[in-house]
Amino acid sequence: MKIDFKINEQAKTVEVDGDEPLLWVIRDVLNLRGTKFGCGKAACGACTIHVDGEAVRSCSFAVKKAAGKNITTIEGLSKNGALNPVQQAWVQEIVPQCGYCQTGFMMATAAMLKKIPNPTDQDIDDNIANICRCGTYYRMRKAIHLAAKLNNK
Amino acid sequence: MERDKKESRSVSRRTFIKRATIGTSVILITGWISCSPIRRFIAGKFEEAEASYKNKFEPQSWFEITASNEVLLFSPKVEMGQGVFTGLAQLAAEELGVEMDQIKVKNASTDKHPTDPRGTGNSDSIAGLYTPLRQLAAKMRMMLVANAALILNVPIEKLTVEKGIISGEGKSISFGDIVAKAKEWHIPKDVKLKERKDFKIIGKAIPRVDLLPKVMGAPMYGMDVSMPGMLYGAVVRADKIDAKLQSADTSLAEKMPGVIKVVVEYDFVGVVAKTYTQAHNAKNAIKAKWKVNKVWQQQEIRDKVKVGQGKAFVIQKEGNAEKVLNKENTLTTEYTTPIGAHAQIEPNGAVVHVTKDKTIIKMSTQVVKITCEEVAKRLGISTDKVVLEATFLGGGFGRRLHTPNAVQAAVMSRAVGKPVHVFFDRQQEFQHDTFRPPTHHVLKGSLTPEGIIKALEHNVSSGDVAFGSPMLPGYAETVLGADLGAWRGGMIMYEGIENYQAISWRVNLPFATSWWRGLGLLANTFAIESFLDELANKAGKDPVQFRLAHIKNDDRGNKLKGVIEAAAQKAKWGQALPEGRAQGFAACVDVNTPVAQIAEVSIEKGQIKVHKVTCAIDPGLVVNPDGVRAQCEGAIIMGMSAALKEKMEIVDGAVTPTIYGPYKMAMMRDAPKEIDVVLLESDGIPTGVGEPPIGPIAAAIANAVFKLTGQRLRDIPLKLA
Repeated sequence: MKIDFKINEQAKTVEVDGDEPLLWVIRDVLNLRGTKFGCGKAACGACTIHVDGEAVRSCSFAVKKAAGKNITTIEGLSKNGALNPVQQAWVQEIVPQCGYCQTGFMMATAAMLKKIPNPTDQDIDDNIANICRCGTYYRMRKAIHLAAKLNNK
Repeated sequence: MERDKKESRSVSRRTFIKRATIGTSVILITGWISCSPIRRFIAGKFEEAEASYKNKFEPQSWFEITASNEVLLFSPKVEMGQGVFTGLAQLAAEELGVEMDQIKVKNASTDKHPTDPRGTGNSDSIAGLYTPLRQLAAKMRMMLVANAALILNVPIEKLTVEKGIISGEGKSISFGDIVAKAKEWHIPKDVKLKERKDFKIIGKAIPRVDLLPKVMGAPMYGMDVSMPGMLYGAVVRADKIDAKLQSADTSLAEKMPGVIKVVVEYDFVGVVAKTYTQAHNAKNAIKAKWKVNKVWQQQEIRDKVKVGQGKAFVIQKEGNAEKVLNKENTLTTEYTTPIGAHAQIEPNGAVVHVTKDKTIIKMSTQVVKITCEEVAKRLGISTDKVVLEATFLGGGFGRRLHTPNAVQAAVMSRAVGKPVHVFFDRQQEFQHDTFRPPTHHVLKGSLTPEGIIKALEHNVSSGDVAFGSPMLPGYAETVLGADLGAWRGGMIMYEGIENYQAISWRVNLPFATSWWRGLGLLANTFAIESFLDELANKAGKDPVQFRLAHIKNDDRGNKLKGVIEAAAQKAKWGQALPEGRAQGFAACVDVNTPVAQIAEVSIEKGQIKVHKVTCAIDPGLVVNPDGVRAQCEGAIIMGMSAALKEKMEIVDGAVTPTIYGPYKMAMMRDAPKEIDVVLLESDGIPTGVGEPPIGPIAAAIANAVFKLTGQRLRDIPLKLA
């Protein structure tokens, strides 16, 4: 079926099976590979993107549900080459190790900061439920607090 | 290095290729890896067990210099998050005379760049390349200077190198321009390396070189590889362990949408389709019949892994612990650790394109050379027809030392004549992991009336780690006897004790167990360091002082004492803590790097909560302090996750669970809010940092829980009664 949506502020029409996970449409049809496949069961969060501003695990989100919606991926988080405050904070705190899960964490963080501009540690614990095997949580927490500060500037 | 000199004499000038491409002039410099042989002292019988890692020193190319005066360093070591690209760039930039922003690290390609004869792991990338890479870079600089002297007509001794520019007598030329103009290159035989006091780049906390692409979501991992016409492949795998493929009904799968071909081989059945989802669905439609040898249950596995069963090897012996312990045994306790999964987020996979002339592989692998050899063997072609370009790894941890996906992708690519991307789905990733083996430990100790350990014995029963791995030749089992992976961290480091011994018991398990960050380190350190705490308690001594009293006064011992004292001081060991909190201590020595950790814990709603971890580490020389800190923080959290949450079990013959969530792991809410890393640097040679800090954390937590609650937790994952 034909499905229209906006992704990173660009209008796109894709012709795919409506049940295809949005993740694979983003990666293989639209060739945006910053959104990662981790588990395919919405359990790890590596594929987190925004659909109408909400954090969504795209491996388990049928593309037909994205019709008419606004999608943002990591590629759209930075604007005109300028890093988003979340990305800036990630750079400043040197968060990534292997880096594979990090785009999902940054997308989850960006979505949280829209709702909770000044998150407490408890807010972070409650809202950031992705998995990082390298164990970068310690730096990530610092980066999330820093991102909130940069956002509020 | 002796070997280095010898090689440089034998390399003829013909091996230097100067080539020009559009806008880029390039020079290739030859070099080779010198990996330090693995040295182990086994039961006093083998001085060196280096037979397992015999290297070929193949002259290959390491550097390119572009017209825009950028140096490209082709790394034979893969970047899996440990920061090796940054460390290697620092080593090379220091001797080349360029700034960090002038050097770019790329993954080596096996057809034109250096190939690591072994693999990336064992925390030895920086340690092993510290001298050889600096020598190569220094040679490269000297060759550039020699040519600059000719081009500028200035004597060599008047020339200086800075920021990729060679200057003297008022004239200057960039590396890039030298490469464009130079006619001949001569490899110097001898090099003089910079002294440590003159380092400007080594030792600096430079942000990791892959930081920006990782934050931008660049397509850099094996999973992100795309080739024109690429298809997806999926392989059917058994749900149960100890199972062999008998037959498969593929009729339904063949008619599924998008399916190009079903590939039936003697050892696997796979399907190639246009999209991942189509391949995945078709794979699930294949009805495979498996011959299950035995339907295993967890208790049967547990019963197999028992000290006293299977083959025993004394791996360390000093004095006569057995004799003492037979007469005066103060304490005997047992510890266990479960099957552990790697659970790295990027699934294992490979993109392979088999053509008539060559086979191209792009993938995340820790064993580039072995992967090439396995693919070549399966395809019946020579290894030089296989070109592998490693990508960045979405986590390694030892998981990518086995690469069956590459072989399967190659077979399927050959069947369809197109590039095929094959990877494990998450269920397969969990069920067909090469697990951290379950272990059982029996510790025995004898104390004098003064509270000094008179004898200590550690027995470890474990599934295999190193044995059965393609990284070890078959004869290693005969030569080594005990599995060097299983007993890693299992020897007694308290060499001040009069009588001590360590015994390794080998068990054959009906599923694959193998390398997991630190190998046996996590399990063995948990057992030994928990037992030391129990003995200290029995002796009525402070656990830190108790340990210090049993360390030998030699270089190794003093290094260990250094980290123990530094951690105790930094964490304010023994001083008052907030109500409801306690500290626990543990230490280890791994790959010659001593680490001491202090965990500060409390009990919240019946759960163990780790608030703060202090970690002192002495890796000799620190190439990048931020990188070492990151490795410590990550290892502490990964180790904590294993200590408090993780376990795999065999239920009705199947490995469970098969998804994150049910496979419990540490998450944001579990990670300590404070991690305090103290870096010591005791001598001039870097030792490993990727694995050592995963050793002490489990025991440090368990020892803190004992102090707080009086409960001695001897089984991982640690659970309060």
